[in-house]
Amino acid sequence: MSETQVFSMPRTWQADVHTHYCPGCTHGIAHRLVCEAVDELGIQNRTIGVAPVGCAVLMHQYMDLDFIEAAHGRAPALASGMKAVRPDRIVFTYQGDGDLASIGMAEIVHAVNRCLPLTVVFINNAIYGMTGGQMAPTTLLGQKSTTSPTGRDAKVSGYPIRMCEMLATLAGPAYIERVALTQPKHIIKAKQAVLKAFRNQTENKGVSFVELLSTCPTNWGMRPTDACKWLEENMIPYYPLGVYKDFA
Amino acid sequence: MARALMKGTEAIAEAAIQAGCKYFFGYPITPQNEIPEYMSAHLPKVGGMYLQAESEVASINMVMGGAATGYRVMTTSSSPGISLMSEGISYIAMAELPCVIVNVSRGGPGLGNILPAQGDYSQATRGIGHGDQNIVVLAPGNLQEAVNFTQDAFELSQKYRTPVMLLADGFMGQMMEAVDIKPRKPEDPASNASWALGWWDERGGKRATVYSMLLNPDELEPHDAHLQKKYAAIRANEARCERYQVDDAELVVAAYGTTSRVCRSAIVNLRAEGYRVGMLRPLTLWPFPAADFTLPKSVRGILDVEMSAAFQMVDDVRLATLCDVPIATEGRWGGHSPSVRQIEEKCKELLGSNV
Repeated sequence: MSETQVFSMPRTWQADVHTHYCPGCTHGIAHRLVCEAVDELGIQNRTIGVAPVGCAVLMHQYMDLDFIEAAHGRAPALASGMKAVRPDRIVFTYQGDGDLASIGMAEIVHAVNRCLPLTVVFINNAIYGMTGGQMAPTTLLGQKSTTSPTGRDAKVSGYPIRMCEMLATLAGPAYIERVALTQPKHIIKAKQAVLKAFRNQTENKGVSFVELLSTCPTNWGMRPTDACKWLEENMIPYYPLGVYKDFA
Repeated sequence: MARALMKGTEAIAEAAIQAGCKYFFGYPITPQNEIPEYMSAHLPKVGGMYLQAESEVASINMVMGGAATGYRVMTTSSSPGISLMSEGISYIAMAELPCVIVNVSRGGPGLGNILPAQGDYSQATRGIGHGDQNIVVLAPGNLQEAVNFTQDAFELSQKYRTPVMLLADGFMGQMMEAVDIKPRKPEDPASNASWALGWWDERGGKRATVYSMLLNPDELEPHDAHLQKKYAAIRANEARCERYQVDDAELVVAAYGTTSRVCRSAIVNLRAEGYRVGMLRPLTLWPFPAADFTLPKSVRGILDVEMSAAFQMVDDVRLATLCDVPIATEGRWGGHSPSVRQIEEKCKELLGSNV
């Protein structure tokens, strides 16, 4: 009987590493999509990643790429400085919602607006993961967290911020899309979005921003399967999937 | 470049360009706006880039990103802007990246005012941000020194892979003097390939990482010790001080930057009247040139002169001298500078007493 190989780890994935992510967390899928994009474009030797503060702070240990850790929220500024000096390098940030949409709001808005070609992978799981489940700017109304124990109240904490919609009002960005990581049909689209976001930069096309709706079973207090269901029933209606800008 | 009459801020900017700095990240703040203006006009001509940040928080992180690629990069600001950079400076020190930061300091605290002051001494010499780091701090007393120290700053930051600050108060930034700016050859950025990002092929197909976090105490403890070892080497090798008429002095003035100019004029006048006054002028504020504060037997006291209400340097003078002689203070602050007459009178008062 002949064997056909149908699966292998991406070349850009570090050999023999195991991540610190919780069971059922979608960071693993998001990491894989980044590695596959780098592999397929053949840009491993000229890609530089900028890791955030948040659960992905250790991502540089998992990807076989040049990597730097940024301060909380500052990844887009750091990436802009790097791209200014090395326009021939492919620079991407990978940021969570606390990092990008709260403490780093100024940095992401201005980096996206500045038009220096960058790729931004934005993980929106509606909660602070690494610090233990506090309310994020993307936490849904009524959603419980350790700092909104009775559910997010708009009168106190305002409304969840829709980053794609907000950034799409800017003239600068080349490409903005929101995708989800809950099931194969969404992941196939997510893969194309991440790939496009990297390909755009190889073609020197402005800033590409991909938001990946992600799960946090641990801090949501759900089984991974329930988390996927919760995301589809609650997050997607508020954060509609789709392309928000495509000048590429 | 031929000897030219230049404003301090523009001389600093041109000195940086002549030292091979092609990338500048900054945010407008008075009294140093001529530097970003000069850079925005001149860097594109040398194949470089001026990038205006949305804040000082962003500009220092742009510096970190640029520095991580192994090229010479810099930012400039003034006191409140430096406070905003304190986070980034801590990260850059931890990550051991070279960069140059200029502080054309102004009156504080808070928004203070836009006039010259020396109230940022403690911030600069105690590492600026959180954590156990120090950064090298150079304090020019004239514009030729501002030029030379700016260029030295790039070399020191490269040699020790650490941030270096030029601390020039608003007078240094805004006055004009004749300067001679010579080109200095920067290192080949590819020579930084062992640690810098973006040199995958030059490293033989291996990645590099720049990190500012070590979760494991068994890793952070030796890393912090490694930084301290580096700082010890900087202390041992890089402290600089000007000793002016100290050898026979009865009274020694301690002053840096703009105040040292006022004191020098006072000392010239006092010497003409027969008073034996000298000056110790730290050129590096960190490392503080403690060894130069070994005083001759003739010295009966020290007068610390600063444009700082808190007299921040006097603590270092006390430590350096172990309070062997009495130490008095004199100055103005809040945007005022001491006058030559004020310093003369204070010196005479001290020399007439037991100091």
